Amino acid sequence: MNCDEFVELVTAYLEGALDEATQQRFAAHLSECDGCERYLDQIRQTVQTLATLPPHSLGGQARDRLLEAFREFHR
Amino acid sequence: MEAAPGGAIQTDAPLIDAELAGRLRGGDEKAFAELLDGWSQAMLRVARGYVSSDQTAEDVVQETWLAVIRGIDRFEGRSSLRTWVYRILVNIAKAHRARDSRTVPWPALAEDDTAPTVDRGRFQSADEPYPGHWRRFPMVWPSPETDVVAHEVRDTIEAAVAELPQRQRLVLTLRDMHGYSAVEVCEILEVSPQNQRVLLHRARAAVRARLEEYFGRPSTGGGEAR
Repeated sequence: MNCDEFVELVTAYLEGALDEATQQRFAAHLSECDGCERYLDQIRQTVQTLATLPPHSLGGQARDRLLEAFREFHR
Repeated sequence: MEAAPGGAIQTDAPLIDAELAGRLRGGDEKAFAELLDGWSQAMLRVARGYVSSDQTAEDVVQETWLAVIRGIDRFEGRSSLRTWVYRILVNIAKAHRARDSRTVPWPALAEDDTAPTVDRGRFQSADEPYPGHWRRFPMVWPSPETDVVAHEVRDTIEAAVAELPQRQRLVLTLRDMHGYSAVEVCEILEVSPQNQRVLLHRARAAVRARLEEYFGRPSTGGGEAR
């Protein structure tokens, strides 16, 4: 496997979606290519950081209005 | 497995869904408040992927919850409750976008799903010693040592995500920011597993590339003005 193929398979690899043969070629390449190991790590790091982004939150007023609407509907 | 930030409620099991829906129908305010608090954050981000302002996204989410309040009787359990809620959200968001686009032209989003996600110039060409191999390895990223850098990294990612083509942005938002499963994302956005994976991969690669650009700038982390 070449590096330019490897970088396109990273997500499929992380999702466990590669077929057996490709999975083996992927793993073999990973074990011998520091550049691709680094690339894979950086994708992992990107994914981890994405999970830490501050949330967008519904404003307190909107929340109150919705709770009120729920109450009203069931009155 | 499902570690959606703020998503205390798991709705993988139909049984739990049926119970939840029953509680909503019965006017259980605590159940409603839990859903509202658990799901609204991801819903806002998804809505923002369709409409052009934070305010409109908030309107979309509010309308969605109102529709859920009034329409919960129509939930039949054929999808998860969460997927059902998202379907409503997406429809409302699309309607808002259609209204938006009468005044603001919606950018033509060309999503080429086949172009390489890493610049071909990074790899050696056919007449070089190792065709298809890195010309130079990706640079090592510094670990974000200070709060300033960590903050800038997050800003960089936010900006990168905002610029993604819509479907990539939606998939990335649900999968990587909010921890939804591939199956659920396929259901919500009505895309095939294969397509979902391609969109996710392209989105991740694009965000990684932006981080690389950020880390590669001179005096990264110095907190200097952009």
